[in-house]
Amino acid sequence: MTAIPKEEYLLKCTSACAGCSSSLCLRYITKAAGPDTVLVVPACCTSVIQGMYPNTAMDIPVYNIAFAAAAACASGLSNAFRALRRETNVIVYAGDGGTVDIGIQALSGAFERGTDFLYICYDNEAYGNTGMQRSGATPLGARTTTTPGGKPTTKKDLDRIVEAHDPPYMATACSAYPLDLFKKVKKALSIRGPKFIHILAPCPPGWRYSAEKTIEMGKLAVKTGTWVLYEREYGNLTINGPSKAAIRKPAPLEDYIKGQGRFKGVTPAMLEQMRQQMQANITRLVREEEGIC
Amino acid sequence: MRERLALSRPTEASSGKTGSWRTFRPVVDREKCNACGLCAQFCPDSVIDEDLVIDIEFCKGCGICAAECPKEAITMVREDR
Repeated sequence: MTAIPKEEYLLKCTSACAGCSSSLCLRYITKAAGPDTVLVVPACCTSVIQGMYPNTAMDIPVYNIAFAAAAACASGLSNAFRALRRETNVIVYAGDGGTVDIGIQALSGAFERGTDFLYICYDNEAYGNTGMQRSGATPLGARTTTTPGGKPTTKKDLDRIVEAHDPPYMATACSAYPLDLFKKVKKALSIRGPKFIHILAPCPPGWRYSAEKTIEMGKLAVKTGTWVLYEREYGNLTINGPSKAAIRKPAPLEDYIKGQGRFKGVTPAMLEQMRQQMQANITRLVREEEGIC
Repeated sequence: MRERLALSRPTEASSGKTGSWRTFRPVVDREKCNACGLCAQFCPDSVIDEDLVIDIEFCKGCGICAAECPKEAITMVREDR
């Protein structure tokens, strides 16, 4: 097993909600990246959980930037560091709103330019910081403050958009598997070029479940097949262990849906549509891994 | 010297002592605990140290440690304030 460094770069006592999976992810990302790292954070929960001026919970430099500019800012930072012949890691840590909706043009631009950086999107499937408004990443049927009857449209498939840029490394992760996330960040930082990691980050107040179930929800998302853990290295796809097991013997989708208050109004027809989408996604990934398409 | 740059400095407790947020306090039964360390691994606020002692000043009482403990050695007890 990989040894996890004992140093914490996210100091105790952030203003994150109790049971926040984003701060759990951030702990392991910063552990994997080490002290020679600059974090670029657009407006999202993480810009709040650092705490108030003149204090910050982050023990590494953080650049707080506007929503639409995170990847562009990271491009500049990365180029400046490389020009100085410094190998400082530049990591963008952005929420789903700042990635799939507002920040997508900067993300696309930075990936096209081949900037040497790591873009991490932690996805709680809504704008959590401002009180759960729908985002492009909100799944079908989920209730948010702006979709009180459940979202009528499906989740934007960000991974396929990023895949179209052909990055040297991209992966999905889940906060319930922190060691897997640690390994993926380590691997991503060892590769030159634009890298992307998409993390599913369950959110207790937003998804409407009690705080102690954060890990359970993440595990259920993977076990039901709703979220598939995989890595794509230079175009070669590998589905990771927990998801392989889930594809062979999936847990019932109802277990994941019933545990969350945001899916309260889901109709059987919607559930069937969700199941079909999930199956289509899994089939596509399995076929890609086998080299069929 | 006067600070000319509006820089935030890394500090523990940047948001105050968050232990006061808690409704339920985690209590560890050392007899049942086999020191697997899963509670420390999953703690979002890193308040559980290497010796698996919970820093009660900062623990927000989310209960992830109690839910994930395979030996069920942690129970959540209501705070009386």
